[in-house]
Amino acid sequence: MTETIENVQTQANRNEALLSVRDLRVTFQRHGEKPFVAVDGVSFDVRPGETVGLVGESGCGKSVTSLAIMGLLPRRGVKVEGEVDFQGTDLLRQSDDQMRDRRGRDLGMIFQDPLSSLNPVVPIGVQVTEVLERHRGMSRKAATPVAREMLDKVGIPDPERRLKDYPHQLSGGMRQRALIAMALACQPRVLIADEPTTALDVTIQAQILALLKDLVEDTGTALVMITHDLGVVAGLCDRVNVLYGGKIVERGDRHPLFASPRHPYTVGLLGSIPRLDGTRGERLTPIPGSVSDNLPWDSACAFAPRCPNAIEVCREARPELLDDGGGRWLRCHNPVENPLEVTR
Amino acid sequence: MLRFIVRRLLQMVGVVIVLSLLVFIWLRSLPGGTVSAMLGDRATPESTARLTKQLGLDQPLWVQYGRFVKRVLSGDFGLSTGVLPGRDALDLFLSRMPATIELSILALIIAVAAGIPLGYLAARRRASTLDNLSIVGSLVGVAVPVFFLAFVLKYIFAIQLGVLPVSGRQSTGLDATRVTGFFVLDGILTREWDASWDAFKHLILPALALSSIPFAVIFRITRASVLEVMDEDYVRTAESKGLATSTIRSRHILRNALLPVITTIGLQTGGLLVGAVLTERVFSLGGVGDALATAFTLRDYAVLQVLILAAAVTFVLVNLVVDILYAVIDPRVRTR
Ligand SMILES: Nc1ncnc2c1ncn2[C@@H]1O[C@H](COP(=O)(O)OP(=O)(O)O)[C@@H](O)[C@H]1O
Ligand code: SF4
Ligand SMILES: [Mg+2]
Repeated sequence: MTETIENVQTQANRNEALLSVRDLRVTFQRHGEKPFVAVDGVSFDVRPGETVGLVGESGCGKSVTSLAIMGLLPRRGVKVEGEVDFQGTDLLRQSDDQMRDRRGRDLGMIFQDPLSSLNPVVPIGVQVTEVLERHRGMSRKAATPVAREMLDKVGIPDPERRLKDYPHQLSGGMRQRALIAMALACQPRVLIADEPTTALDVTIQAQILALLKDLVEDTGTALVMITHDLGVVAGLCDRVNVLYGGKIVERGDRHPLFASPRHPYTVGLLGSIPRLDGTRGERLTPIPGSVSDNLPWDSACAFAPRCPNAIEVCREARPELLDDGGGRWLRCHNPVENPLEVTR
Repeated sequence: MLRFIVRRLLQMVGVVIVLSLLVFIWLRSLPGGTVSAMLGDRATPESTARLTKQLGLDQPLWVQYGRFVKRVLSGDFGLSTGVLPGRDALDLFLSRMPATIELSILALIIAVAAGIPLGYLAARRRASTLDNLSIVGSLVGVAVPVFFLAFVLKYIFAIQLGVLPVSGRQSTGLDATRVTGFFVLDGILTREWDASWDAFKHLILPALALSSIPFAVIFRITRASVLEVMDEDYVRTAESKGLATSTIRSRHILRNALLPVITTIGLQTGGLLVGAVLTERVFSLGGVGDALATAFTLRDYAVLQVLILAAAVTFVLVNLVVDILYAVIDPRVRTR
């Protein structure tokens, strides 16, 4: 009987977003420079146990989005607007101290470069236990076995010894595992991973991705996976948001999105990753041009100068993010019907 | 860690040997040689020959160096000819040393206690009034000559306001018991608190004057270093873990930011000695710095020898401590 009720509840929770980002807008205002909108009205939901991808070329606003959610952007010179709803609380309206209480406890984050992200002069063990000391009120002594267990859980061999090791004594993959252990020590509901494998070797990348997948499945943690590499999200994400110039341009469930990308930018991204099932010698087609060619979003499609599908209206009116009726969201005046037309 | 210390100690022995060689060569190369330097105007052919033989200067150089080392090791540097004629040079040095050490330690404590917190605060509140004021203050600290600052402090606080003593190491009427020669420490050891406090008050103004340059340097380095460390990824990681501000400050920012500051403190020792010469003069502290100035003007080679070797050993020792401290904080150097 109880089982059924729990199942019903889990079912209900699954449909309700744990983290709901609404119209997030981040503007950098430097003295004497004109304001720069790095994140421009981004909205997405993350449900418990779900993995959501945030994908786009470097500079499209992925890191700024994640830092805004975590409350890690500097106060000075930065304007953050919109709403980040976490279990009924708007994180953007929380005080610094309230966010400090939530970070590491409700929200965890891991970063791109594991070496520079670890304090070089503090033992790994302390860098794990300090989270437990802070949020669980544990003593160093009580937290140490928990930390050892965490290191074991993220696949670090001989965790007892590693507790006393310093970051420079670990390999790149081990360092990223240690960072994951720190971020997950207090079992946060949401984990944001900002390019967690970009700085690692290909084989290690696969191991870390597999580890993240296992961990979120085991613990029911919601994962926001940020990457510039669609290949990384291919095997991991339930849903994928493609970002361009600070705006989401396409959103869809993983399988349909990969099978038939419809936004010309997504098609371009897919064309520029090596496909494992691709025929040998198949040419990678990078997207021509660069972000510096972007048009302003207010009166055009920013991607128009680089877009093979661009039509006249693309330079005259901003496309809105719309549901195509089949659960796919698109911001495009002239989406691709058959993606093969464009890739070849 | 132990191997690191042993290796550093061996390196230090090497440095001291090289320094002793330099002092030896310097003594040989005195204008007209040691003998005429020592005899001065009273030199006659006979006395010159006698002293030459007495000093072993007719022996080959390596024998002379061997003797020199032997004498240095047994503490025999000869007699003072200028500072306190007839007094054993090493004795003289040892009686002067405590005043200088007390002065330098207090100056360093002031410089560190003010420079590090201010540097940290200025960095955290970059471009604030506090930041700008401290930068101006540190520039003034470097730009104003130590002896001038010493005069000004003495004039305002000792002569005009009369709140602190004008000169000397202790008030004359006190009749304090001497144990180590460190007056502040002696007062504590013998529980003569008034003597200790009196000696401390005599140190305040000279130490303030002497601390100005090391303070300014420590402040600037701390500020720059904290600014750099604050931008490091691991500080962002610490923030992403929601750690308390105090933990982030001490464990993640300062522990890294202080590494260059520690090195700087070691390098300040030389400058501190130069500053001590001037401050001790202004406040008549009768320390080593004062003796150095006198010995130099009066060409008191016996005393100069001791002082130069002592300065070298101090410098090496301080930097050894600095290296060890650095290695204690930074695990990456230990294995290097
Ligand atoms: N502190 C900052 N000040 C000004 N501009 C910034 C700042 N941080 C990021 N940006 C700009 O915001 C845009 C998005 O950056 P970011 O989110 O880091 O991109 P990415 O998608 O590669 O993670 C970039 O154009 C970047 O130059
Ligand atoms: S709106 Fe036009 S320019 Fe922009 S992506 Fe779609 S087709 Fe290309
Ligand atoms: Mg980024």
